[in-house]
Amino acid sequence: MKYRDYYATLGVARDAAQADIKKAYRKLAQKFHPDVSKEKDAEAKFKEVAEAYQTLKDPEKRAAYDQLGSAYQPGQEFRPPPDWEQQFAQRDGGQSFSFDDLDLSDLFENLRAREAHGARARASIPIPGEDYEVAAQLPLEAALHGTSLDLNLSVPEVDAEGRVRRVAKTVTARIPKGATDGQRLRLRGQGGKGRNGGRDGDLFLDISLVAHPLFRPSGHDLFVDLPLAPWEAALGAQVEVPTLDGAVNVTIPPGTAAGRKLRIAKKGLPRPGGGEGDLYAIVQIVNPTVLGDRERELFAQLAESSRFDPRGHFKREAS
Amino acid sequence: MTHDDDHAVWLHERTSVTIVELERTSGLPRDLLRDLVDMGALEPLDASAAEWKFAADCVARLRRGAQLYRDLELETSALALALSFMERIEELEERLRALDAQLPRPPQRR
Repeated sequence: MKYRDYYATLGVARDAAQADIKKAYRKLAQKFHPDVSKEKDAEAKFKEVAEAYQTLKDPEKRAAYDQLGSAYQPGQEFRPPPDWEQQFAQRDGGQSFSFDDLDLSDLFENLRAREAHGARARASIPIPGEDYEVAAQLPLEAALHGTSLDLNLSVPEVDAEGRVRRVAKTVTARIPKGATDGQRLRLRGQGGKGRNGGRDGDLFLDISLVAHPLFRPSGHDLFVDLPLAPWEAALGAQVEVPTLDGAVNVTIPPGTAAGRKLRIAKKGLPRPGGGEGDLYAIVQIVNPTVLGDRERELFAQLAESSRFDPRGHFKREAS
Repeated sequence: MTHDDDHAVWLHERTSVTIVELERTSGLPRDLLRDLVDMGALEPLDASAAEWKFAADCVARLRRGAQLYRDLELETSALALALSFMERIEELEERLRALDAQLPRPPQRR
C-alpha cells in the first residue's frame, strides 16, 4: 500500500482545525470537480482531494491516520501498524491477509466499518450494488439496429468480508435500437451486485454517436449534403441519394436552389417508442473546378445569353 | 449473456419515472426531491397527481447534480440552481447539435 500525505494534498497543516480542512477541501473540490472543471487531469486530482477529505473530515479516521505519523514519504510503500493487521486478521478468522491491493482510503473505510458494527451485524444489512456510469460511443449503424457492447470497467467491489477493492470487470451491455447523440440508457440491475439481499445496481450509459462521413444526426433525423451540378439544379433530375439502408431515387424539381432541404420520410434513425426520424438531403450546387474546352464554351454561351441576375436584390436593398 | 428489453430504458422525455425511482437513482432523500420541486428545479409531469411522475430525461441530470451536492457539500438552493443550469446547457447542446447537423460541409473537391 502506498502512503499518501493527505494534509499536503489539501494544503493544510497537520494541526489544522476541522473547519479549515473543510474550507480547503471545498476550494479544491470546486476547482477540480470533473463535472465543472476545465483543468487538466481534473478527475484524478479531484479523486486525490476527495480521498484526503474522506479521511480527514472524520475525527476518528483522522486520528487513526495521524497514528501513522509523518515519517513516510508520499508514494512510499508502507505497512499499517502491526496491531491493525492483527485486528483485520482476527476478523478474517485468523487467516493471513494482505493489505497490498487496498488503497489507503479503503483501509480507513474498513476500519470505520469494523468499528461501527460487528461482522455479524454487517452481514445482515442489505447493501445495494453500486451504479456504474459509462460513456459509450456508437456508430450510426448501431443506433439503427441496436448492438451489444463489451464495456471494460474498473469498479470498486466489496468482498464477503466487507473489504473494498478495485477490480477490472467486463460488462456486456445490450443496447436496443433507438439511440441518438447525447441520450442516456439505463440498464437495470447490470451494475454492481447487491449483498445480503440488497438490490443490484444499475448501469447508466451516456451515449454519443461516432461522426459518420455522410450522415449527421439531429435527434432522430439525419442530414446529408446532396451535391448537384448547376444544370441538374436548373433543369431538374433524378438522382440517387444514399440512406443508412440502401440508396433511394429522388426527383430534383427544375429550378432547385442551393440550401433547399428535400425530406426523405422515415429514413432517419428509429425512435425508441416506434417510428423513425426522417432523412433530409440538403442541396449544394457544385461547379466542376476544371472545365474542359467544350464545357467552357457552353458556359460562355450561357453567360452571354442569360439575363439572370443573382445579385439583383443588392441594388434594391442597398440604395 | 442476454437481457430482456425491459431492463434497458431510454432516459428521454417520453418515458417517465416515479419519485421512488428518482430517490433510488440519485441517492437523494425524498424531502430534498420535494424541495427541488418547490424550487422549480424538478417538474412533475402532473403536479396534482397523487403520485408524482417525472420525465425520465431528468434522471442523468439529477445523478450528476447529486454528485455535486455531495462532493461540494452544496446547499439545496445551489443544487436547484445547478440543475437549472444543467438543463439549460442540455437544451443548448441539443440546439447546437441540430444546427450543426444542418450546416452544409464545404463541397468536396473533385
